[in-house]
Parts: sequence; C-alpha cells; structure tokens
Amino acid sequence: MSGQGASAAEGRPKRRLGRNSVIALPYAWLLLFFLLPFAFVLKISLAEADIAIPPYTALLDWIDNTTVAIQLTFAKYQLLLEDRLYLAAYLNSVKIAAIATGLCLLIGFPIALFIVSRPVHARIFWLAVVMLPFWTSLLLRVYAWVGILQSNGLLNTLLLDLGLIHQPLVLLHTDLAVYIGIVYSYLPFMVLPLYAALEKLDATLLEASADLGARPAVTFATVTLPLALPGVIAGCLLVFVPAVGEFVIPALLGAPDTLMIGRVLWDEFFANRDWPMASAVAIVMLVALVAPVMVFRARETRKADGA
Amino acid sequence: MSSAIETQPVGTAGGADAAPFVRIEGITKRFGAIVAVNRIDLDIQRSELFCLLGGSGSGKSTLLRMLAGFEQPSEGRILIDGQDMTGVPAYERPVNMMFQSYALFPHMSVSDNVAYGLRRGGVPRAEIRKRVADMLDMVKMGDYAQRRPHQLSGGQRQRVALARALVKQPKLLLLDEPLGALDKKLREETQFELMKIQAQLGTTFIVVTHDQDEAMTLASRMGVMRDGRLVQVGGPRDLYEFPADRYVAQFIGAVNLFDGVLIEDEPGHARMRCEEAGCVIHVGHGVTGTLGQTVHLAIRPEKINLAHDRPAQDENVTPGTIDEVAYLGNLSVYQVRLDTGRLIHVTLPNLDRHEGNVFEIGNRVYCSWGPASAVVLPA
Repeated sequence: MSGQGASAAEGRPKRRLGRNSVIALPYAWLLLFFLLPFAFVLKISLAEADIAIPPYTALLDWIDNTTVAIQLTFAKYQLLLEDRLYLAAYLNSVKIAAIATGLCLLIGFPIALFIVSRPVHARIFWLAVVMLPFWTSLLLRVYAWVGILQSNGLLNTLLLDLGLIHQPLVLLHTDLAVYIGIVYSYLPFMVLPLYAALEKLDATLLEASADLGARPAVTFATVTLPLALPGVIAGCLLVFVPAVGEFVIPALLGAPDTLMIGRVLWDEFFANRDWPMASAVAIVMLVALVAPVMVFRARETRKADGA
Repeated sequence: MSSAIETQPVGTAGGADAAPFVRIEGITKRFGAIVAVNRIDLDIQRSELFCLLGGSGSGKSTLLRMLAGFEQPSEGRILIDGQDMTGVPAYERPVNMMFQSYALFPHMSVSDNVAYGLRRGGVPRAEIRKRVADMLDMVKMGDYAQRRPHQLSGGQRQRVALARALVKQPKLLLLDEPLGALDKKLREETQFELMKIQAQLGTTFIVVTHDQDEAMTLASRMGVMRDGRLVQVGGPRDLYEFPADRYVAQFIGAVNLFDGVLIEDEPGHARMRCEEAGCVIHVGHGVTGTLGQTVHLAIRPEKINLAHDRPAQDENVTPGTIDEVAYLGNLSVYQVRLDTGRLIHVTLPNLDRHEGNVFEIGNRVYCSWGPASAVVLPA
C-alpha cells in the first residue's frame, strides 16, 4: 500500500506531502483526543487512591535517582470482580440499555418507514420533526419529563381529570421513567440510520416480492428487514452504547436504587473520590462496549470485501 | 381518424371464436391531471406474444403495471382468464412480471431468488428444489445457482429474472423492456431465446418495449401506443405495410411521407397529383374519399428504385440528384434531392461485393416505384 503510494507520488513530493497531511489529521485527532486520554485513564486505574492532589499514587517512582520503580496495582480490577455491586450495575445497565434499544427499534422502524413513504420533498420536513428536540439541551428535556411524570405532573393531572384513574400513579423515579427518558432521548439516533437504509431500498424489489405472491407482511420480513439490517445494527449500536453509560436520565428519572454503571462511576469520582476505581470501571465498560462494535465492523468489512 | 378512407383489412392473429385470455375494457389511468392511459380496449389471446410499443410517456408501462396490479385503473376493468382483476392485489394475481431493472433480491443467491415465488405458494421443499434447478438449466444458469446477483453480468441477471418470473408457471408473463439493458448482440440472441421459451411453455407474454425492431422480431401481434391511446393493433406486417396513420408509419421503420390531391378513385386503384413528389402517384388500392381531397401518402425507402435512365412508366417516377450516401454494409441509404426540392430516403441492397455504392453523390437519378409500393394513410 505504502510502496504503491510512494511510486505513484514519485517526482511529486508536494502532492505526497499534501496527501499525507490529510491522512495524518484524523490520526492526530484520534491520538490527541482518544488514545492519550485513554492512556491517562488506564494509568489512573492502575494506581491507588491517595489523599493528595491529584487523588492517586504516582505510577513511576525514582529510587535513589538511579532506578525507576513502576508500581502497578490491579487491586481495583480485583475489587470490580469481587464486589457484586459492580457486576450488578453492569448487568442492570446492559439490561436497561438493551430493552430501551429494542423499544427504540420498535418505535423507530415505523417512523422511518413512514418518512420514506412520503414524497421526496416532504421527507426533509419529517426528518426535521424527528431532529427538532436536539435544538434544546438534553438536560432541559429530561427535566421536562420530571414535570410530566411527577405525581402532580401533567400526565397524572390529565388522567385524573379524564377520570381514568382516581389517585396519581407513581411514574417518576421508576424504571419505567428511565425507559421513557432513554427511548425519548435516543429515538432520533435509531430513526436516522434506519431512514438512510430504507431510503436506499429499491421500491421495485417490494413490487417484485408482491408480484411473486408475498403478502405485505411477508415482504417486510423477507425483503425490507434483511436489506435494512445494516441500518438496524447501526441504529441499535448508536442507542445501546451511550444508553449503557447513561448518567443524567437514571439520575433524574430513576429510582434511588436504580443501579446503573454511569451512576456508580459518578459516585466513585465525586462521592468517594476514588479516581482509580472510577477509571477501572470506565475502562471495563469501554472494553465491554467496544468489543461488539468491533465484531460488527469486522463483519461489515468482510461483507464489503466479498462484494 | 377518418373512417371514410379505407385501407387494406388488418389481420388479427387470434381467431374470433376463442374467448380472449386477457381482456382490457375501457381502461383509463389518471395521475392527478395527467391521463397516462386513455380508454384502452384490447383483447389478447392465450399463448400470444403481444408487444406494446410506444415512446416514453406513451402509457405502455402504466398499462403493464395495471395488469400486474401495482396500479389501480381509474376507470374500466381488466379480466384475466375470465376473472375480473378489480381489487385483486398483485400478490394474488396469476401474473408474474419481469422488471426492466430485473429487481433481483440482492441479499439472496440466484437459486433463492428463483425459489422465492414457490416458497410463497406452499410448494413442498423437494419440488421447489427440482423446479428451481430445472428452470435454471433452461435459462443456462445452472452453474451459477449459488452466486449473488451482484456477481453476475447483465445478461446473466436477465436470465435469472426470467427464470424467477417463469418458475411459478404464471398464466400471463409481463415483460417490461426485457432486453433494454443488454448490448445489441446479446439482445438479438436473447430475443430468439425468449420466443423459443414462449413457444415451449405456451405462456401468454405481454412485452413492453420502445424498440420497434425488438417488437417486430418478438411479437405475434403488437399494439402501438401514443399519448395514452392505443393507435393501432396488428401483426408486424400489418403495422409496417398498412400503418393506421402517419405516427405509426414513422414510428415503425423509416418512411417518406407526401401530401397529394386525389384525382381518380376506383375500387381497384387511385391516382393522386403530388406536387412534392413531382409526379402523379398511382396506388393499387381504392381510397373511399372525395376527388380533390388532400390525402397522405407513405412510401418506404426500400420500395423505391433508383436508375440512371428514365424507366418506361409515366406515373410513380420522378427525377432527382443524389445528395448523400451512407454505406451500411448490407445496404446503402441514399438521400435524393428531388427536382421539386423535397429530400427523400431510398435504400438499396448491396448485391455485388466489388461494386460498393451503386450511385455516387451528384449523380442524376430517376426514382420509381410500383403501384403496390405506396400506401395512402387515413390520417
């Protein structure tokens, strides 16, 4: 690859420099804003908590000005494995994120199908409607849900006035409220990739399916869904990954005992001032989340190569 | 269309005794203010290979889509094998379609594509496998059963699309520009293959095309559409030799059109004075019109003869000069500037290998034709 590039750029060093710097830019970005911070977090996770500023022990120590002593502590990782609280928080986060992702898919797919079924000029409008909430801060929107869900909030007042219920329902600070919050906040991330996949779908394929005797439901299952699968997977990842580490929504809408890893992380950092523990939690979460994404990417690449 | 003028009777392939297999009754399709298909009546017999021919926007594809059930007619109804198709969805019609883009499912292998229709019909697994294999063998794609559509060439995709449309043994097969995406040589080969398959299976084919050569080759009968209307229906020869109007005459093959004034009209022949042609034109068929009436005349380029010396006839002969020659191998196309100023096209076969073009640019020539060569058009 590089040999090819070198021979092609022979005699045109300027162009080669230009090309290399363009390629270098994303790498520099990744190095500066992803790999370096990641290395710092990794380093902190291998230290001990200390009453100092910053609140952890140094990794490298000079002994007699001649020897460097490297002190790595895996105690935090060990604790992660031993204390059932962390595992429970991880599992609960994954469970909540998975259910919320499934709900987003169930709600998002009909929305994406609806937008694609509109005439081309009207699709922009409907996409804008889906995206509109982004113009307001997430925090504000989640607070708005507090107003809607609390016992004297909008929803309960409405239901009481309609005579459907006789005493306020407990909605706020429940798992249900967390699901509502996550689905509401992340739905656009599901709809957009689904829309992109469905928009590319050739409508004559649906006609061909009907022509060959498939009812609309069968056509959906055998043609629409398989061809929209890349969009489904992309949408699910876009919702699932941030939902697992979600902090604001469970903090504002969830019950005090709603155990999610984002809250554990926050507590470790700010309540316990145990930075190494918080870093270890973050690292494990990252690895656990990146793995499925990598598998998906590898699968996509393999498919693209086969094409 | 004036019915006052009579041309040769137009022959029909199907006997009048057989009930039509497809009956299209007063079909109209409107898209908003646009009338895509305008009051079409058409009967198609069983096992016919019928071509719908027309330019883009003539309504031929819309008519096909109404037969398939993808569009609902605004007025009129369609009967297939005696059954009214009004309100019958596409997936319940005894009809299969081969799409212009082939519309093969990209996520399925060739054999899964072909098996798709059979799986929807509840055919037993073993039978599906056998019928798919047989069909792929018939279109010579047996070796490609496990390939994906994107791994096939255009011609191979076309065969798979045909196999997929035929495997359910539909009563009626609709083909939308089936050969449009193929190159010329492959197209000619496939044309004959399609005809062979059609004859072998006895399926009724309705083919939509804008290519008059394709229609002429394939069709047992064809209909020419223009602006949503069916202008003329008949066999390839009927349409070529007895076009209903100037549009059909020009759409199917090349033609020289003249306006003439009727000066003699008998049951067996008629004469016209034609300023443009510079002579009296004698046609060997009667024209029921009034003397002095202006009529349209059509003469095909291959029906005109060229000669250096004036042929011994008083009518159907006019002098001119060769303006342009195009050598096409099998024949040469001459543009002749008549002394009246009118430019006409004449084609002559190149019979002698050593001769090249018989006439050169600038040659003085006499154009002549027989009484059975020209045809008077009703409109």
